[in-house]
Amino acid sequence: MEDAMSKMQNSKTQGRKTQNAIALPILLALTCGLVLASQPYQKVFAQQPVPTPSDDQVNQIAHQLYCPVCEDTPLDVCPTEACRQWRDLIRQQLSQGWTEQQIKQYFVQQYGVRVLDEPPQTGLNWLIYILPPVIILAGAFILFRALRMWTKPGSASAASGSKDETVKDEYVARFEEELKKRK
Amino acid sequence: MVADIGYGVIFIAFLVALYSVGAAIYGDRTKSAGWVESARRAMLLLWPLISISAAALIYLLVTNHFEVSFVYEVISRDMPTYLKITAWWGGQAGSLVFWSWLMSAFASLVTLRKWDRDREFLPWVIVVTSLTTAFFLALVVFYENPFAEFWRGPDGKLIADASGNAIKSMFAPMLNASLAIPTDGNGLNPFLRNPGMIIHPPMLYLGFVSFVIPFAFAIAALITGRTDDRWIRITRRWTLWAWLFLSCGLVLGSRWAYDVLGWGGFWGWDPVEIAALMPWLTGTAFLHSVMIQEKRGMLKQWNMLLIILTYALVIFGTFLTRSGILSSVHAFAESAIGPAFFTFIGITFVGSIALLIYRWPDLRGETEMKSMLSREALFLLNNLLFISVLVVCFWGVVFPIISEIFTGQKVTVGPPFYQTATGPLFAGLMLLMGVAPLSAWGHSSLKTLGRAIWKSVIAALVITIFLFFTYTANPIALVAFFLVAMVILVTLQEFWRGTAARMKAQSENAFTAFWRLVGRDRRRYGGYVIHLSMMLMAIGILGINLFQIQTQGTVPVNSSLSLGGYTVKYDSVAQFPGPDGQQVTRAVVSVYQGNNYLGDLYPRIDYYPTEKQNMTIPGDRPTLKDDLYIILVDWQPTSTNGATFKIFVNPLVNWLWIGAIIFLFGIIFAAWPDRDAERVPARSHHIHQPDANQTGAAD
Amino acid sequence: MNESTLSTPRRGVPLWAQIIIWVSLLALLGIVAVELNRSQQGQVGRGDKISNFTMPLFSGYELNGQNQFNLADYHGKVVMVNFWASWCKPCEQEAADLEQAWQFYRSDGRVVFVGVDYVDTEPKARAYLAKFSITFPNGPDLGTRVSQLFRIKGVPETYFIDPQGILQYAQIGPFSSVDDIKSIINPLLK
Repeated sequence: MEDAMSKMQNSKTQGRKTQNAIALPILLALTCGLVLASQPYQKVFAQQPVPTPSDDQVNQIAHQLYCPVCEDTPLDVCPTEACRQWRDLIRQQLSQGWTEQQIKQYFVQQYGVRVLDEPPQTGLNWLIYILPPVIILAGAFILFRALRMWTKPGSASAASGSKDETVKDEYVARFEEELKKRK
Repeated sequence: MVADIGYGVIFIAFLVALYSVGAAIYGDRTKSAGWVESARRAMLLLWPLISISAAALIYLLVTNHFEVSFVYEVISRDMPTYLKITAWWGGQAGSLVFWSWLMSAFASLVTLRKWDRDREFLPWVIVVTSLTTAFFLALVVFYENPFAEFWRGPDGKLIADASGNAIKSMFAPMLNASLAIPTDGNGLNPFLRNPGMIIHPPMLYLGFVSFVIPFAFAIAALITGRTDDRWIRITRRWTLWAWLFLSCGLVLGSRWAYDVLGWGGFWGWDPVEIAALMPWLTGTAFLHSVMIQEKRGMLKQWNMLLIILTYALVIFGTFLTRSGILSSVHAFAESAIGPAFFTFIGITFVGSIALLIYRWPDLRGETEMKSMLSREALFLLNNLLFISVLVVCFWGVVFPIISEIFTGQKVTVGPPFYQTATGPLFAGLMLLMGVAPLSAWGHSSLKTLGRAIWKSVIAALVITIFLFFTYTANPIALVAFFLVAMVILVTLQEFWRGTAARMKAQSENAFTAFWRLVGRDRRRYGGYVIHLSMMLMAIGILGINLFQIQTQGTVPVNSSLSLGGYTVKYDSVAQFPGPDGQQVTRAVVSVYQGNNYLGDLYPRIDYYPTEKQNMTIPGDRPTLKDDLYIILVDWQPTSTNGATFKIFVNPLVNWLWIGAIIFLFGIIFAAWPDRDAERVPARSHHIHQPDANQTGAAD
Repeated sequence: MNESTLSTPRRGVPLWAQIIIWVSLLALLGIVAVELNRSQQGQVGRGDKISNFTMPLFSGYELNGQNQFNLADYHGKVVMVNFWASWCKPCEQEAADLEQAWQFYRSDGRVVFVGVDYVDTEPKARAYLAKFSITFPNGPDLGTRVSQLFRIKGVPETYFIDPQGILQYAQIGPFSSVDDIKSIINPLLK
């Protein structure tokens, strides 16, 4: 209980500080508000009559990043205090006119590539994009060859749909009957 | 005292399991039925023994015996009794006991069946199941002992090791030591207190464990050289039940994630989720390909490979989550069982593959195929696609490990990779689901297929065009919806065709005809129900993936946020203690559509002081059209700013849960035992192609 | 394993396929083994030689006027590497003690403190440093390179490297007092 209160207290002060910390950038943003307003990235999300980047703009970028401390949690949904700070950082960077690409680059430089939701297509990482298609195509090829092999030596016409084969499965039989009737 | 009994009994169980392995092997080598029978009885003893041990553990949990380390780790005094019981599988050590307990139950069930026709399998089935049980018991006995206790030295101080961690042991670590009894425990991880989470792990474990049975029979078949499809017939239903439990576990896990994790989704392509999905993929492929072996005597090698792969993935997935290699929301804390587990994996992988290669030539079936469009060909294509999804998943999980080893660079493989890679594969599977039921075993041609499918295709096209004008212009969505519509129509048409044929042939009325049709071949029509439910689930998955919209904002009381036609007004917030020792911060918001008041929702944050953890519980309003999902992101008591909400509109997502329920029903329908299914040899139900090999071996 | 028994007249698995299967299985097991070993390893331990690393320093928190910390430059001194983050509550417990210890040793010249700010945002980190009036060199752990080198499991963790570059002590979790820190450093200075 006491713990809960102290936690509340903490997050309260934390929250206030956050506001202070972003007050300056807000001012900055306001001074160059005209420039900002004409920025193309402002277009996306919903209604927030605030000149600072909206939560949605922040989340849109945070969604493509992973929390650097809690593994496998996207930054936009991560509930920890640390993640809140990173979201504030994104907001600040957005208000300074950074592009999405720049922000991502900053995060990679600061916290390593694992903050990206996909490995960048460089070096060894090519393997992740190349290996599955190669294996799948190889599998398809093997299957195709096997099918060809199996269908060829079989009796006579392959795709003629000849019905002289004695049908064992009663349901198939019924189905075939149906087909005949429908002719 | 109770802890000592629990540990003692589980130790005995471990010895009994080892004995049953040894006796079974010896009995088989010396052709001594007595030894094999002794092994069988030893195995039957396992379940009661582990049950006693489990009862001891539950007793300790319920009665707050905090001197026992496991009890200390997973419960606290303020937890309700049912949570204290389910905390049994809430931590590594207890869940290993749980695993062993389920495993022994399944092993007992299978040894109780009548074995007269399959005597030669018995010893090897015992060897595989007992060995697996023995392995998990060994983990409990030597590495993760839930009964280990804390001790206090004669000076009254807690006995700890050099780095300050309390020593846990069964016996007093020094002279004159006495039990150290903490006043309260750590409590269960709040994430595990949700009803969905309480049954999600048992279901997954059940699925995992029951896949051991078909594997055991497969290995028995390989070892004895009786490589006809007898093992498949015996284990057919086991496989279906295993698949049911595994599917159930996956569905419950998704629902749990949706309800509790508060990120507006149900599947995050987290490595641990994928670890549970992988055996499901091979299991599903297996369910399809065994049908080819049953009907056509083909693919014996492939089926063996699939079941071995499934078992391997079960073990591998368990290993990944429990060894501390992967860190994720689901993973257990780091643990010492890694090396032991690794050895077990190495032995089972190498052993079963060596065995498979050794028997490979014996497993050749007659492979004649009349057409590339025959049902067996399409099933093979289905297998190819499932294995392809598996390859993507496996590679996505393993690649970060490889990257870290070779470049020292940690990478994350997240949803975009999996979605792009598996999307087309799943589309391919849907197409097959539409076509394969119309193709016939042995022979089909474009002509027959075309004749059967054209109506459904046209109707699906009409639906797609309608959707284009009324709902969405997204090309991916349109293609997917076309496939969904086609599969549903084809499947319904299949039901109709069968019923109509029966009505005509047997002059029954529609209901009787339908009922008898479906009742006569439950596996097939259960399968169709599963296909239908898959399509409903696909609608939900497409909806949330393609059309989800979201917004976040901070609003003062009585102000509102709007999204996707909904207006959400923030009314009030309150803080109060929850029933479970948590501090609840609950917001009340009223939801409007236009000016229509739709009702109140209560997004909340639960703070668990003992565990120092926050849980974000969304308020959601499910309809068939969409799901309004509201999260209370932040609220500060003294701030005049109000509260921060995150709102999602998840279109169509509830079809996923509807589909999931129908899905489970479909499997139960297909898997429900026939009257004396096990006693009468399954073979006699069916009329089969004459197969010299098989009949020769069976008789 | 069983390859030798396979040379039966019946058509078994072709040799090339067997080779592929075994090689990929062994590769998989090998990779898992390496990773398992890594995850079991824990932090760098006492007696380990710490390989050289460099890291940038926050402006205002330079060391001898250099905005780059290079471990090799401080061979012959005792180096204390402290991992922290502004979002880490336990770190706050020891922050003042660390600064006090630094004030005690800085004139001596035989001890170097360096704070490594583990995955953090710079404004918050600066606010934290200011809050606890920290003056010893501090810098961000770019790309988590330094923390990976020490294989840290969390923050705070503090490592003491002796003049020979050998790790002598690792403190997992916060210090309880200044004396706590001194009692670790003093023996290293003898």
